Amino acid sequence: MALQNYCKAAVLSKYFGHGAKLVAASGQTRSATWWTNVEMGPPDAILGVTEAFKRDTSPKKMNLGVGAYRGDDGKPFVLPSVKKAEKMIVEANMDKEYAGIIGIPEFGKAAIALALGENNPVLADGRNVTTQAISGTGALRVGAAFFSKWYNPSKVFYIPTPSWGNHTPIFKHSGLDVKSYRYYDSATCGFDAAGALEDISNLPEGSVVVLHACAHNPTGVDPKQEQWKEICEVMKKKKLFPFFDMAYQGFASGDCDRDAWAVRYFLEQGHNIALCQSFAKNMGLYGERAGAFTVICDNKEEADRVMSQVKILIRPMYSNPPIHGARIVSKILHTPELRQEWLGDVKGMADRIITMRKRLRDGLAKEGSSHNWQHITDQIGMFCFTGLKPDQVERLTKEFSVYLTKDGRISVAGVASGNVDYLAHAMHEVTK
Amino acid sequence: MGPPDAILGVTEAFKRDTSPKKMNLGVGAYRGDDGKPFVLPSVKKAEKMIVEANMDKEYAGIIGIPEFGKAAIALALGENNPVLADGRNVTTQAISGTGALRVGAAFFSKWYNPSKVFYIPTPSWGNHTPIFKHSGLDVKSYRYYDSATCGFDAAGALEDISNLPEGSVVVLHACAHNPTGVDPKQEQWKEICEVMKKKKLFPFFDMAYQGFASGDCDRDAWAVRYFLEQGHNIALCQSFAKNMGLYGERAGAFTVICDNKEEADRVMSQVKILIRPMYSNPPIHGARIVSKILHTPELRQEWLGDVKGMADRIITMRKRLRDGLAKEGSSHNWQHITDQIGMFCFTGLKPDQVERLTKEFSVYLTKDGRISVAGVASGNVDYLAHAMHEVTK
Repeated sequence: MALQNYCKAAVLSKYFGHGAKLVAASGQTRSATWWTNVEMGPPDAILGVTEAFKRDTSPKKMNLGVGAYRGDDGKPFVLPSVKKAEKMIVEANMDKEYAGIIGIPEFGKAAIALALGENNPVLADGRNVTTQAISGTGALRVGAAFFSKWYNPSKVFYIPTPSWGNHTPIFKHSGLDVKSYRYYDSATCGFDAAGALEDISNLPEGSVVVLHACAHNPTGVDPKQEQWKEICEVMKKKKLFPFFDMAYQGFASGDCDRDAWAVRYFLEQGHNIALCQSFAKNMGLYGERAGAFTVICDNKEEADRVMSQVKILIRPMYSNPPIHGARIVSKILHTPELRQEWLGDVKGMADRIITMRKRLRDGLAKEGSSHNWQHITDQIGMFCFTGLKPDQVERLTKEFSVYLTKDGRISVAGVASGNVDYLAHAMHEVTK
Repeated sequence: MGPPDAILGVTEAFKRDTSPKKMNLGVGAYRGDDGKPFVLPSVKKAEKMIVEANMDKEYAGIIGIPEFGKAAIALALGENNPVLADGRNVTTQAISGTGALRVGAAFFSKWYNPSKVFYIPTPSWGNHTPIFKHSGLDVKSYRYYDSATCGFDAAGALEDISNLPEGSVVVLHACAHNPTGVDPKQEQWKEICEVMKKKKLFPFFDMAYQGFASGDCDRDAWAVRYFLEQGHNIALCQSFAKNMGLYGERAGAFTVICDNKEEADRVMSQVKILIRPMYSNPPIHGARIVSKILHTPELRQEWLGDVKGMADRIITMRKRLRDGLAKEGSSHNWQHITDQIGMFCFTGLKPDQVERLTKEFSVYLTKDGRISVAGVASGNVDYLAHAMHEVTK
């Protein structure tokens, strides 16, 4: 032990100087180090993109890795309706009491009504078990914990290929197994309907199928309504469980009802779904962590039982959820003028994204690109799978200071009037 | 159908009671002398400044707002603690105290090899056990509360702790033990510290009441700092729910103290990997308020006064309750009411006495005889003394 400490001291003092020698020497009187076995974890890929971007000194640099909306000025955007709601809340001198395990009641009611439609009979019948959650990730985690403990037909969650990178660890850390079904067709940069349907129809009965309700992350590729209908039918026939992840309601098309169409359709068709919602993007509430998890049950009696167990899972996670973001959401959704204003704000964001997509595609045409860039405007939401190959991505970054992830994904939120032409030029240069 | 929440049941029964004299002593949140929730003036000021600063609402990063984490651990360990200067702390923002415990439990479950057993005091906060179990740990206990004296069972605690297998994790309430209000004295902490060093046990501190217990932040953190000085590399869970009245804003922190910065970097990387699939990144509002207060000298001073005010009111109510019982002519020894500290008081009342308190006097408390002193006020402390005397005389 003494020899180890001596060596440790020698090594440490080489790197950290005298102080370290004292540290190591006193280690003899200090408890044994507990954490020698802890390895350094892999660095975060997307973070790496942002760090490289920060180091770049080019005045033309573009960060297309960012997963948060930016205004046309390239800056973070706090929605006017959100600012108003927050001001009202703070001036109302509300207390800061605990919200209760499932959160602020008005928030949960408003969130699920937004998703399913105010007049959805499922709500009137009390069939929904809805809990406030820590944004979309928290909703997924609560859902995964519930399924891991209570869903007996299967412990396997099937996610699309590709899917959001955090889906897999969320489900695995909850004790579930994670497999996948075909989804993205790199040949067309579109939806692999045949592959998806084939894979889904071959899943064991009772399997849980994770579906991105709209604005698929990371591809931006969504099934068309007819394709959703086919998926719905197959899943009914094969008794598969639809687990919806809806992180972009309103943010995708600019229309909340339209973006929730698939969720509502599946319910109408008789599926008792699970649904994860996030208000990070559609209300720009990112760091406030406002989200919700819902399970639709057969009837109120079942809902009461399920609710009691959901609470039992949440309490040892974090006791009760953060109130601020949920109060903002609730204030907006329950105040007619604010709600109207918000609908305009979110449409504004969606429209800017859609406009940038069009300008990028037009820009590529103007550059004389011979490739088919239709997918740029066919895809929807924050992200676009450009179809660029890794070597092309590398050139984009090295030669043009355009930063994006290796899979060719760009965040359209990082595109603005002032740089969309430059981006078109850069993309043309590396693909011509 | 899962079992109903016991404490919630108390509140629901309280709500249904129509007696004008009813008292809710189950509530685990501070109340002013008017019986109402209390938003600290320093907190209101800080929040106003934050909202008027037009800050964005971007994600904070997996471990939260950097200034928050730095301020939180500096408050716990003292600004000039060499551990901080040496970069030996791994500190992450967490979803209040529960979230800190959960992150800590997840980290220990995955990375702490010597043991997967957490030892908690008897009794402990009800949520400790499910937090640890849901994280894959086993939960056992050590003696702590002496119901004969309504005080600390020092001999029992030391004996049990000294018999734990090497490497066991011992959960310690840093101050204002929940639910008993019984804290070890400094001499007793020293003995616990020594035994744990000798037997190579891991100190896992839960500090939910720093400042709120005695009114003095440094005093309430004494045990935590002492253990560190003595060479323990501790883990620490902090909550700002009570001491800043930030309950629903969920501001807390989890810390592991490492041997050196290189180890801290490795541990930090793994802590992040565990948090990301839990909730990605923590809520910013409460943390911004904490950070604003702790980093703004006038606000910090004001807050120290606010938290002392809360602690003093609790301490005053304890004294008045004890005096009230004496005045009622009670022959029992109620010294523990003023010996105990913090939000809660283990009265020593038996279940049947508790039932009478509720049925005959509309005083609501938990079956174990625990009252929340936060629910006691100038306007009802004499009534409470009378009621307690009636069921115990």
